[in-house]
Parts: sequence; structure tokens; C-alpha cells
Amino acid sequence: MAKSALLKSSIAKKVAMALSGLFLVLFLAQHFFINMTSVFSADTFNSISHFMGNNPLVQFVIQPILIVGVIFHFIMGFVLEFKNNSARPISYAKNNGAANSSWASRNMIVSGSVVLAFLLLHFYDFWVPEMVYKYVDVSPLNETRYFHELAEKFESPIRTGLYSLSFLLLSLHLWHGFNSSFQSVGFNNKYSKSLHTLGYAFAIVVPFGFIFIALFHHFNH
Amino acid sequence: MKLTLKIWRQKNAAAEGKIVEYPIDGIEPDMSFLEMLDILNDELIVKGEDTVAFDHDCREGICGMCSLYINGEAHGPDRLVTTCQLHMRKFKDGDTIFIEPFRAKAFPVIKDLVVDRGAFDRIQQSGGFISVNTSGNTIDANTIPIPKHDADRAFDAATCIGCGACVASCKNSSAMLFVSAKVSQFALLPQGKVEAADRVLNMVAQMDAEGFGNCTNTGACEVECPKGISLENIARMNREYLSASLKG
Repeated sequence: MAKSALLKSSIAKKVAMALSGLFLVLFLAQHFFINMTSVFSADTFNSISHFMGNNPLVQFVIQPILIVGVIFHFIMGFVLEFKNNSARPISYAKNNGAANSSWASRNMIVSGSVVLAFLLLHFYDFWVPEMVYKYVDVSPLNETRYFHELAEKFESPIRTGLYSLSFLLLSLHLWHGFNSSFQSVGFNNKYSKSLHTLGYAFAIVVPFGFIFIALFHHFNH
Repeated sequence: MKLTLKIWRQKNAAAEGKIVEYPIDGIEPDMSFLEMLDILNDELIVKGEDTVAFDHDCREGICGMCSLYINGEAHGPDRLVTTCQLHMRKFKDGDTIFIEPFRAKAFPVIKDLVVDRGAFDRIQQSGGFISVNTSGNTIDANTIPIPKHDADRAFDAATCIGCGACVASCKNSSAMLFVSAKVSQFALLPQGKVEAADRVLNMVAQMDAEGFGNCTNTGACEVECPKGISLENIARMNREYLSASLKG
């Protein structure tokens, strides 16, 4: 087989999905820890946010890599879904998927699409205003604005509800995706059971933690 | 037992198929599922109708010839059995049973419930073998020391009968459980290591060329596999493939 076939192969595609997913898991973890500080200390949250928002390495290296990673994961997800659907042109009259697999594993495209819709709202809420503030209006540095900007957004019960719903779907996405990534890169051994426990814990703690943060600011404003 | 069967009928590969309903009576709980279909076909012959075509051979659960998607599951609702080993005691009097062919673009329907699983043969031909000198000086495989752990894993993988239940059950029609079992059974043994890189590259390339979908690790294949082939084999195949690709 020619080496050029590697990138076109089914296995390379699933490994690429897995690695981009694991990269996003790392991003999610750091975002979670930073947001959690907003519950305990407005000052800590402000200083970390100021650092993340103004550090050149974060802004001009990590942020673009992250955006590319997000776009790649979504495009690849849709491409694979389309290709996989075309592998069965005639569906079963009766199919009992629940007998052999979890809802989360069969509906990654559903949970992923909701997370994508959430990201668009999230970018509209936070990322776009931040870019405008810094690079369009070139407003003066203000190290104490971040906490208020966050808390203000969660005044709205509709936004708080949408965020919470999205994180429920993110939880389902991670419930399958976290452990699936390791299987895709070939990691299946005596440590897998412990890793699965970690994956399930992550899929619960992080999304529900985000929901807690949203509800905390909603009810404490 | 009195049952209502909803069976996929299709005259030939080019014809359009549809579900046709057949009431059937006098089915004993101890009959096998295929015996139940034999009785239906006897009745159809008496009526002068075309019998339902379905695959079967050994009827002992070892040849991998029988298939059928029964009430939404490959080989029916029982676990670790093929359709020929599925018994009617798994159903209740009055049940409606959907019987469909294994569905995948790579498994085209030939007639009724019979599908062409030649794609699996072509994948096997692309690398599912070892090259052994048969000049008369062949070393007996039993003289080669192999750790029991590896021998057991290789044997487990080799129990795959290539029935295609993994493809039929997978929401993506992926053949990765089958291919990974065939890759693993050799990759784990010294005799298979010599051609391991070519084997995995060629078998995966053929699998992709046949039009199977991609694995998304739902695990449905492992649950529905009549031989209990483990997902561990897919992880092994992924490792083998990546390592063979990177080595070039």
C-alpha cells in the first residue's frame, strides 16, 4: 500500500477525530478550572482572565490552534457521519440499537451539533465582544472587568437555561467521546478500566460543574 | 406458538424489495429459528408460492453462513449464538417478528434474506494468511514456544466465523471487528509477525475499498458477535496500522 493512502484511510480519520477530541478535552478542563474560580473569588477570576486575555502566547499561538482544532473536529465529525450513513443505503425496518449500545454512542452527531450551536452562542456572548474590545475599539486595559461581564451574562434565565441544556448534551458527548478516543488511538489494556472510570467522572464533573457555575451566577446576581 | 412474521422479500439483486407479512401457527418453543423458517417455506410450497431464501449451512453455530436481522438485532435477541442456534423459546406466543437481511452497501442483497458477503473474502485474500514453505521441511507450529496469554488471545480472535453480524449491527456498517480479528490472530503469533505490516495495511485498504463505514466505538458489534470477539482487537489493529504506516 502506498504511504499516501494513510491519510485517506478510515483508521487515520478516526485517530484524527480522537486526537482533536482529546485536545478539546484538555481545553475544556482548563476552562472549567478558570471559571470555577469565579465562584470563590472575583479577584482570582479577574487576574487569571486578564492573563489569558493578554498573554501573547495564549492569544496568538494557543487560541488559533484551539480554533483550528474546534473547526477540524466539527468538520471531520460531519464528514464521517455522512460517509458512515452512506455505507447503509437501505435502513432496517426494525432496529434495536438500545440492545447493544448506549444512546450517547449512537448520537454523537446530535450531541455534537448541540455543542456546536452552543459554541456559536458562546462566541457571540464572550469571544466576539472580547475581540471587539481589545482589537477593534482598542479599549484601555481593565483588569477588573471580567467577573462582571461573566455574571451579567447569566442574569438572563433563557441564556442560563440554554447553557445548562448544552452542557447536558456535552456531558453525553464526553460520556462516549472521552473513552472512545483512547480506543481509537489503540489504547485498550489493563489500565483501560481505570481510564474509563476517569472518563465517566470527567463527563459528569466538568459539564455539571459548568452548569453549577451558570446557576450560581444566575441566582447570586 | 402462533406468530406474525414480517419478512423482507426481494426477487433479485436488481429488484425492489418490501416487507411481507406471514402468519404462522404450530411453532414449538424447542424449534430453532431456521426450522421455523423451514416450516414457513413448506407451507409456501404447498400454496405454490416462492419460498423465502435464507443462508444456512452447518446449523451448529460454527460455519458463519446463517445471518438474518431479527427484531432489530443480528442473529436475534439471544447472546453469543448464531441464528441457527437461536430457539423459538426466546419468543412468546402472539409475537410479531421482523426478519431482514444484513444491511450494508458492501453486503448487497442477492435474494430475500441472502446477502453477498464476498467483501469479507476479498479482505481475507488481501492479507489474512501467512506464507509458509510447504516443501516438506515445514516446522511444526507446536514446536515454537508461544506465551499462553498470546496463544489464548490469538485463539479468541481466530474464533471469528466471518458471519458479518458486526457489520449488520454497527450503525456505520463498519467491518472493523471482523478485520481486526483476522489481523490480531496472526499479529499475536510469531508466524504472523513476518508479514504483519503488509497484512494490516492491505486488509484495511481493502476494507475501505469495499465501502464499509468507519468505526465509532459504539461497541454494538462486540455485543452482537456470536463468538464474543472483543473490541480489544480493534484497538490492536489501530496500533498495528499506525505503526506499519509510520514505518513505511
